[in-house]
Amino acid sequence: MFSQFLQLTLAGVAQGCVYALVALGFVLIYKATETVNFAQGDLMMLGAFFGLTAGTILGWPYWATILFAIVVMAVVGMGIERVVIRPVLGYPTFTVVMITIGVGYVLRGVVTMIPGWGTETYALKTPFGDGVIRFGGAVLATEQLATIALTAALCLVLYLFFRFAKLGVAMQATSQNQLAAYYMGIPVQRVNMLIWGLAAAVAAFGGILLAPVAFVHSNMGFIGLKAFPAAVVGGFGSVPGAVVGGLIIGVVEALAGFYLPEGFKDVAAYVVVLVVLLFMPSGIFGETIRKKV
Amino acid sequence: MRFIFKTDYTQDIRLFQHGGQIFWYGVLGVLLLAAPYLVSGYVLSQLQFICIYSIIGLGLMLLVGYTGQISLGHAAFLAVGAYTEALLQAAGMPFVVSLTSAALLSAAVGIIVGLPALRLKGIYLAIATFAFNVIVEEIITRWESLTGGNHGKLLKAIEIFGYRLSSQESFYYLCVGLTVLAVLLLINVLRSPTGRAFVAIRDSEVSASCMGINLAYYKTVSFALSAALTGVGGALYAHKVGFISPEQFTLIQSIELVTIVIIGGVGSLHGAVLGAAFIIMLPQGISIAKGWLPDTVPPAGLQSVVFGLILVAFIIFEPYGLYGRWLKIRTYFDVFPFYRRGTFRRQRSYLRSERLR
Repeated sequence: MFSQFLQLTLAGVAQGCVYALVALGFVLIYKATETVNFAQGDLMMLGAFFGLTAGTILGWPYWATILFAIVVMAVVGMGIERVVIRPVLGYPTFTVVMITIGVGYVLRGVVTMIPGWGTETYALKTPFGDGVIRFGGAVLATEQLATIALTAALCLVLYLFFRFAKLGVAMQATSQNQLAAYYMGIPVQRVNMLIWGLAAAVAAFGGILLAPVAFVHSNMGFIGLKAFPAAVVGGFGSVPGAVVGGLIIGVVEALAGFYLPEGFKDVAAYVVVLVVLLFMPSGIFGETIRKKV
Repeated sequence: MRFIFKTDYTQDIRLFQHGGQIFWYGVLGVLLLAAPYLVSGYVLSQLQFICIYSIIGLGLMLLVGYTGQISLGHAAFLAVGAYTEALLQAAGMPFVVSLTSAALLSAAVGIIVGLPALRLKGIYLAIATFAFNVIVEEIITRWESLTGGNHGKLLKAIEIFGYRLSSQESFYYLCVGLTVLAVLLLINVLRSPTGRAFVAIRDSEVSASCMGINLAYYKTVSFALSAALTGVGGALYAHKVGFISPEQFTLIQSIELVTIVIIGGVGSLHGAVLGAAFIIMLPQGISIAKGWLPDTVPPAGLQSVVFGLILVAFIIFEPYGLYGRWLKIRTYFDVFPFYRRGTFRRQRSYLRSERLR
């Protein structure tokens, strides 16, 4: 009984890590620009396709695949910021949200048009093998363990980046008050571009980690819709919050899929987010919001 | 150029500002009435869709464009309206009763959704409504005894007071009539104190509440009205399509509905109708354009790319939407040759977080 619970929880944690990775992308962009990037899931999909191209079609080793996808996606992310986000800088945030929705549509469509990608479903091989580790009655696939470890590492790096790096602090400053950030000599536009690159790179990383579990296809970006609840539950704008939110959603989903009747698994994430929003309107780790006139 | 000299405050809230408007809306009305005799059956069917989407667009416009509350879950209200209509019709209720029930039930659901909206702002509200949409879709799929699950529901032709609306023309007149009613309802709401309160809330919640506007009450009213109109649109949609199933009411549909508002022009009733017409004609335009492209391009992908590009292009180049473009063209000729590029320029503002650390 207990081992079953443990097993489900572990599977949920592994799945939650993927949600957390996508949620991290949301949080990064939110932290710097106060907007939510609805195309995050689609950026992840694109990253996975680049990984697929490098790993399966060109036959590169795994680490090179990851590096390639991250670099290409960082460029794509910066390009998106330069072309469509910068012209609307300074306009209401909902404008930018609608633009990211449009970008998501374009990315999803473009992928189906590229020869070699198309509308097929692909699998991406990983070097972690298919071994399992026994863990007090529960089993954990090495792939899942790798996902958890890599997510943890990435979170630590990002946390340290925002806490100590000069650029990270500049990004936070930009988010809190653009005008003051300008006065302090922060190149706000360049910072915004960098943060889009960073978010896209994180998305690529998430896409490659997700690929063995969910396969690579043009609609895999819809998993991003599950990552929203994760980001909200944790509180937008908080890196640890995104991770905690992702884990909560992943575990709740895994448990609901087993203990509750069919159908609850798919909506568990959304029920959780509604409940959390009802009692904590800005999430668990969210900052206090106070309107100043 | 026309100068309107206002000598009375009631002139501001007249339905028609001047004789020209009466003339042109009269022409439009006559054309709409004569349409079944002028156009082919296919165009008439598209006109029905435009009317239905206009009603939905008007509902969403009230909420997004005038009250400033973002909803990514309007497909859920559409579903509530459509299923209420389908079930009540199957139970033998007359159309007038079932349509009213569809509107009232949607409004009730709107109030329930509006409750968390009182505490949530901006993007959190968008995500709450979006979560609600997913939950409603799942409930419809799983509650098979009531909704038929994925097998969907079939609808028969409408019957009003013993008269069957089985022909294209009669259904068209019903749609046009309800659209006109919806427009008149919204015009009346918007020129009343309630409508002014909505606009005040959109422009600044703090100053609105300082002026004595009860935020909770008006936001709830806005949600309820918007949901009711969307429910009516849903009931008509169900009859138009003749078959409803859960996959017609997904998040994608919700986003498409918001696109009506954005493309039409946020904050104008004309915009809702123009946006609806645009969204209905878009697939048609794409399939024509498809002829010029190589065969290797998948149609689904092309549709998605074009849709995304149009959305992005509108927001960047024409933030006031189709109606804004029309206003600009009209102003250009009105004041010719003195039009200036800066006339409609939007104010940019520096972003300041309201988060405190």
